[in-house]
Amino acid sequence: MSPVHYVALSVILFVIGGVGVLVRRNAIIVFMCIELMLNACNLAFVAFASMHGNLDGQVIAFFVMVVAAAEVVVGLAILMAIYRARRSASVDDANLLKY
Amino acid sequence: MTHTLADGTNADVITRETLFWILAVLSTGAALAMVLVLRRAVHCALMLAVVMLSLATMYAMQGAPFLAFVQIIVYTGAVLMLFLFVLMLIGISSSDSVVETIKGQRLAAGLAAIGLFVLLALGIGHAAIGPAVPQTDALNGSGNLTGIATLIFTTYVFPFEVTGALLITAAVGAMVLAHRERTTPKPTQRDLAARRLASGNLAPEPSPGVYALHDAVDRPALLPDGSVAPESVSAAISQRVVEEQPQLVMKKEVES
Repeated sequence: MSPVHYVALSVILFVIGGVGVLVRRNAIIVFMCIELMLNACNLAFVAFASMHGNLDGQVIAFFVMVVAAAEVVVGLAILMAIYRARRSASVDDANLLKY
Repeated sequence: MTHTLADGTNADVITRETLFWILAVLSTGAALAMVLVLRRAVHCALMLAVVMLSLATMYAMQGAPFLAFVQIIVYTGAVLMLFLFVLMLIGISSSDSVVETIKGQRLAAGLAAIGLFVLLALGIGHAAIGPAVPQTDALNGSGNLTGIATLIFTTYVFPFEVTGALLITAAVGAMVLAHRERTTPKPTQRDLAARRLASGNLAPEPSPGVYALHDAVDRPALLPDGSVAPESVSAAISQRVVEEQPQLVMKKEVES
């Protein structure tokens, strides 16, 4: 398969993840959609690495994975703190800073 | 040395192509189900696992065995398990409400998605994405790990160090956020005893299933006069029982 197919698939997955972030309201599912978008980016990076025949893209994808892991840890901890305070994981209920 | 992994034989190419299409349909379907169809967060997590595993296979097909394993170990193993842990803490049945709070949000989201898709597709269409370089052992086979290690510790050594700082910051931040200061002193055994005396109910709560037909935890105890003792069933269970099966069970037991 040529890298174009992989990049096209990564675009599709990225858009699906973006729709999920916009549409879903459970904060955990929103996080999962962000993970989906990051994964789609990784797929594109790996495809470009195989197109250029070097490993830089794979290293970048590796860094993306590390940053995603850190992001998930902090995000889920924030989610736990919000859930403890408001008994809800919906992004609509965390509106303390609205006005 | 270099031709073992290269797409030399015809069958190899066909296998790879078939595998790609299967995985592409699988991952897209799972992602769509996760975003648009499934309401429960646990089911979404399982669909995300499907997507991640198929992406890991694709990394392996594209000559990135190291990333394929890291994807399985870090993403499917660690990150997704973290999601499931938090789901357990928040409530396994936590699901989305389907009510639109902002008017026309879905329509706007759909339009934005179409716009984003067109934008990205146009970008890809204009980009000159060439064919893949034939895979070699030095880059994609046994040399993959050493190649990535060389890059990380030479060209990308500074970002790598920053990554370490980031991970430590994330760990400390998670500990700070998840830590809860106790605002009231912990009740001692004496306090608990005093509370029980004050409640006027000295005996333990009736256990479920006493005098009932079954002794399962979701069956309320029957009092000697045949009436139901609702406090014998744990609040979490009785909530679920009411939700899933109507009062019929309880009534039948009372009659018998």
